[in-house]
Amino acid sequence: MRALWLVLLLLVALPARAGEIVGALSQNRVSLTASFSGSEILIFGAIRRTAEDLLAEAEAEAAGGVDYDVIIVIEGPRQPIAVWRKDRRAGIWMNVDSVTMASVPSFYAVATSGPLNQILSPEADAAYRISARQAIRAEQVGDGSPQALLFAEALLRIRERSAHYMALDRFVHLDRDILFRANVRLPANLTEGAYTTRMYLVQDGEVVNQFRTAIFVRKDGLERWLHELAYEQPLLYGFLALAIAIIAGWGASALFRLIRQQ
Amino acid sequence: MLVYLPIAEVSTNLFTLLGVGAGVGMLSGMFGVGGGFLITPLLFFIGIPPAVAVATGANQVVASSISGVLAHLRRKTVDLKMGTVLLIGGLIGSSLGIIVFRWLSALGQIDLAVQLSYVVFLGIVGGLMLQESLRAWYRTKKSGSPRRKLHQHTWVHALPFKMKFRVSGLYISVIPPLLVGAAVGVLSAVMGVGGGFIMVPAMIYLLGMPTKVVVGTSLFQIIFTTAYTTIMHAVTGHSVDIMLATFLILGGVIGAQFGTQIGTRLKAEQLRILLALLVILVCLKVATDLLIRPDELYSVRVLGGF
Repeated sequence: MRALWLVLLLLVALPARAGEIVGALSQNRVSLTASFSGSEILIFGAIRRTAEDLLAEAEAEAAGGVDYDVIIVIEGPRQPIAVWRKDRRAGIWMNVDSVTMASVPSFYAVATSGPLNQILSPEADAAYRISARQAIRAEQVGDGSPQALLFAEALLRIRERSAHYMALDRFVHLDRDILFRANVRLPANLTEGAYTTRMYLVQDGEVVNQFRTAIFVRKDGLERWLHELAYEQPLLYGFLALAIAIIAGWGASALFRLIRQQ
Repeated sequence: MLVYLPIAEVSTNLFTLLGVGAGVGMLSGMFGVGGGFLITPLLFFIGIPPAVAVATGANQVVASSISGVLAHLRRKTVDLKMGTVLLIGGLIGSSLGIIVFRWLSALGQIDLAVQLSYVVFLGIVGGLMLQESLRAWYRTKKSGSPRRKLHQHTWVHALPFKMKFRVSGLYISVIPPLLVGAAVGVLSAVMGVGGGFIMVPAMIYLLGMPTKVVVGTSLFQIIFTTAYTTIMHAVTGHSVDIMLATFLILGGVIGAQFGTQIGTRLKAEQLRILLALLVILVCLKVATDLLIRPDELYSVRVLGGF
């Protein structure tokens, strides 16, 4: 009877043993203005545990110990894209074939407290679509043939080089398994929209808890006004562009003539 | 210092933009060309999407041509009637060019089309200009050689629908100027250039116009064609970036004034040889990009973007 109670107690305690992750951002609004040159975002939070969790953890620690790891994913708005491949035709390198992908993130950063492939099992990665490779999912690339996979690899390579996809290993600093923080630098070339930020608490290669929030990126000030005008009043916008050109062209020649005459 | 361009959606260094504008402006002041053929490839090079580069290039040409045409109007070296005929052709050509541009963009071949047109047109024009200017240079060295006839009668003069062009002193069919205008209009829409480098030789050699009215008249036509192209790109593709254009124009108008000063100190023949070499250089640069295996064979394009 006693042993049964113990087992029951353990079963109840098991799910609760997993801590809870709570996070926040230093800012959840990014304004794209004329002087925007990228933005540093501080992501921080804590791993919350009950007294029983801590007790269970202490026991686990005594028996070899398992640490928490934290993975932070920032994902920009998804867009449809086409990946083109160049080949030589009649001596000229030109685009010959393409693969379209219905929805890939415009920005994708994965910050972790340890090397991703060591702290997360491939199954969990696939289930939660954590790494960039999972986020663009090979299935949506045509028929999943090796040829189509090459295009997906090319997408990852190109976006990594332009710092739109980033794997930031060991960028999350864990403090006494309670507090965590990470600095992620958003590049200057950002797409407008909601950047979902997911924080995963990982233990034994499995995700035990997650927390979601978002960063809102939007054009602001003059940039916003010009962009809206260009799309909503294109004719007016065109005439504005011309007016600037005419005034600048005429004004400069008038000005320099005035200078020369003196 | 980085600036965020609202339409191109990229951040670029402000001084790079001003520098490109000033450099091209200086050359355009020196040689009396719009500079579109230099600015568009340079914009590709600094990472501006081709569609935005072409549309904004056209806008920049408006600014760089306007001060030139004002000077020519004061000197009365603009054939307004010829300019208008060329312009009608230009508007038709530009409309066609915009359609071709949209179509090639949809096919994913716009970069190639723009680059190929650069190679072909700059190659031909640069080659002809170099040959012609070297010959002229050789002639001036050997003084006393016979002067070239003002204009020769060719097949152009046998076509119907003749019209009198007083300022140019011509009585020719309207078909060749319409065609020349249309060709330049297409180039303006597809390449983001004014097309002066095509139009000036065509006016001299094909239409037989006197040299003194050629530059003013071509500038007159270019302003309206590129203005129309700018509006059309803004309406059909939303691809004109005012912020980008403003910085290019700002650098350009200042550079052009210095260029004009330098230009007056050099001899006309030397200037033409230099311009021809410059055109050939740009042509070779674009050509090697097409012929050499690129480091990255793949490229990513956002659908519905540029």
